Amino acid sequence: MLKIENLRAEIDGQEIVKGLDLEVSKGEIHAIMGPNGSGKSTLANVLMGHPRYEVTGGSVMFQGEDVLELEPDERAKLGMFLAFQYPSEVPGVSVANFLRTAVNSVREEELSPMEMFRLIQEKMRVMQMDPKFAERYLNEGFSGGEKKRNEILQMLMLEPKLAIMDETDSGLDIDALQVVAKGVNELRGPEFSAVVITHYQRILRYIEPDHVHVMLDGRLVTSGGKELALDLEDKGYDWVRQEFGSAAQS
Amino acid sequence: MPEDRSIQELGLDEYKFGFHDPEEYFFKTPRKGIDPEIVAMISKHKNEPEWMLEYRLKALESFLSKPTPRWGGDLSELDFEEIYYYIRPMENQGRSWDDVPDDIKNTFERLGIPQAERESLAGVGAQYESEVVYHSLKEEWDKAGVVFMDMDSGLREHEDLVREYFGTIIPADDNKFSALNSAVWSGGSFVYVPPGVHIDIPLQAYFRINAENMGQFERTLIIADEGSYVHYIEGCTAPTYTTNSLHSAVVELIAKPNARIRYSTIQNWSHNTYNLVTKRAVAYENATVEWVDGNLGSKLTMKYPAVYLMGEGARGEILSVAYAGDGQHQDAGGKVVHAAPNTSSLITSKSISKGTGRSTYRGLLKVHEGAVNSKSRVECDALLLDENARTDTYPYIEIEEKKVNTEHEATVSKVGEDQLFYLMSRGLSEEEAMAMVVNGFIEPIAKELPLEYAIELNRLIQLEMEGSVG
Ligand SMILES: Nc1ncnc2c1ncn2[C@@H]1O[C@H](COP(=O)(O)OP(=O)(O)OP(=O)(O)O)[C@@H](O)[C@H]1O
Ligand SMILES: [Mg+2]
Repeated sequence: MLKIENLRAEIDGQEIVKGLDLEVSKGEIHAIMGPNGSGKSTLANVLMGHPRYEVTGGSVMFQGEDVLELEPDERAKLGMFLAFQYPSEVPGVSVANFLRTAVNSVREEELSPMEMFRLIQEKMRVMQMDPKFAERYLNEGFSGGEKKRNEILQMLMLEPKLAIMDETDSGLDIDALQVVAKGVNELRGPEFSAVVITHYQRILRYIEPDHVHVMLDGRLVTSGGKELALDLEDKGYDWVRQEFGSAAQS
Repeated sequence: MPEDRSIQELGLDEYKFGFHDPEEYFFKTPRKGIDPEIVAMISKHKNEPEWMLEYRLKALESFLSKPTPRWGGDLSELDFEEIYYYIRPMENQGRSWDDVPDDIKNTFERLGIPQAERESLAGVGAQYESEVVYHSLKEEWDKAGVVFMDMDSGLREHEDLVREYFGTIIPADDNKFSALNSAVWSGGSFVYVPPGVHIDIPLQAYFRINAENMGQFERTLIIADEGSYVHYIEGCTAPTYTTNSLHSAVVELIAKPNARIRYSTIQNWSHNTYNLVTKRAVAYENATVEWVDGNLGSKLTMKYPAVYLMGEGARGEILSVAYAGDGQHQDAGGKVVHAAPNTSSLITSKSISKGTGRSTYRGLLKVHEGAVNSKSRVECDALLLDENARTDTYPYIEIEEKKVNTEHEATVSKVGEDQLFYLMSRGLSEEEAMAMVVNGFIEPIAKELPLEYAIELNRLIQLEMEGSVG
């Protein structure tokens, strides 16, 4: 499904991702944990094609296709999705209008206005969002938690094959956390893969990962099962730095 | 989608545009340029009363004596000697659609007026070559005593009303361009709404300049008598030319006590047009005047719709949106004068600049002494689509009264890389993402327009962004 090999990427001449490998198979959920500034968001943005980052080496294959040359919208049409750590605000554009445009641009056949309306209603119910949100302007004045719910709502509407979630759990209260997890589990199945970037193992109780990776200074330095997340929470990142710090520097 | 169809029907696809009809003039001034002889010729041709001729001649003097303004936009290439000041089409104006001559009908057809508007429209006034040629008025309005006709007919059929109000809101010598218009005006609309009459369906007028080197000087006067309501819509499409052309209109609105006038404009001039318009309204006790103004195209637009709040409790609103593409300068804004207590006003101005385009907000807020408890809010937002685009803000504020509440807010934003990336990551192409940001930006104005005009506005801005117009 997703195969990243020796990926290197920089921003403003500063190398942030420094030779990263990751393989995600169909139906798998991978968690990536790592200290602040280790390059997790950079990786997520590079995978989706943010123009500000320059890829200086390696490859990213999605379903056998090299996506590094593709525009973000082309990647979206292939079935890639990024739930943003900090979603942008778009004043004057309603959530409903945005969802309509987005869904119709990734789908091969456009939905009728009625089908679209029903779909939006249904997915908003899953996310326990007030229907009034459909008419609010996209992310404008949304609370942190509302923005995150809105990201998952978009994910449910677009039905991607691969979702990258960048700290979707940060800033959520316990109820919201469960709603977001429910949203993700709604899509879970043999055709859906996800990369969940997080600082806390608590979301991994609701979204059980198949693999957990630790990112340090632009690389994945160690991997394991879901118990690795618990270890990390116990021991902190110093432990990782000691164990793997030298590898990260070489 | 039905919305898409109506865009086609409006002929907007074809408005890349500039289709011309053969110019068959009924009457045209024998030469370019302006002098008393030309003015007299226009007046005589129209069979006007003596007082109007005198009015025109006096205005001409004023025009000739005033220097071309040096503030605002660059008018140095505007040559008043290179313009025909009056052209009248072959056929006279028709009372019903069937009377409209074929070639003129073709133009309307291409503009989509019959299909898109005819059925739903109750009344249509359309200016074709300096003159209204097509004009119909719903019967019930006639019954209610509503007058909606071109200004020339207004002068003929309602001379007393015209004489009483014409030029009282914008005196001929107000500025160089109001003087010019007052000297050579032709066409435009005359509207009178009797006391207490509410017109639910907007009155709409279509304009089209069709002759090269021709100036267009329409003159509009709307009088809403006590407690009445009217929404007037002026839509504009101009074909492209090779030499500069001038559009200089004067629009006067009078809202008597408790009346409400809304005046909506979407103008899309070809990129070599100088669009220099004077628009002013007075609102008496508890009356409301709203200007909704969309400015696209033109080489230079200078337009600052004004509301004078003369009676207690009067309200004025000015909503404007301007798009300045490569080589264009949109110098627009609004003026509000609070001259009575408890008056309120709101100016919302939105501009979009792209490439070498330049947009300017120029506004005046004046509160006279004694206009206690007046409230005013000015909000101007500029959106820059790329690095070179330019925007400036000149808010002039003169406040003589202490007990007032005024707010001013100005923002400049750029379409951000992050914003575009966010939208593109959801499957929108770069152009679609850009269009979505822009449409969102003008949404507060678009939602004040009837749906078909909102669609037209969005669509025109998109066409301008693609650089496919003019
Ligand atoms: N324009 C830039 N120039 C140089 N360094 C940058 C620039 N932008 C970001 N960085 C650096 O890149 C590093 C990685 O940032 P990134 O946002 O990917 O970290 P992260 O792992 O997502 O952190 P967090 O857990 O706090 O979200 C940080 O050290 C950041 O300061
Ligand atoms: Mg991050």
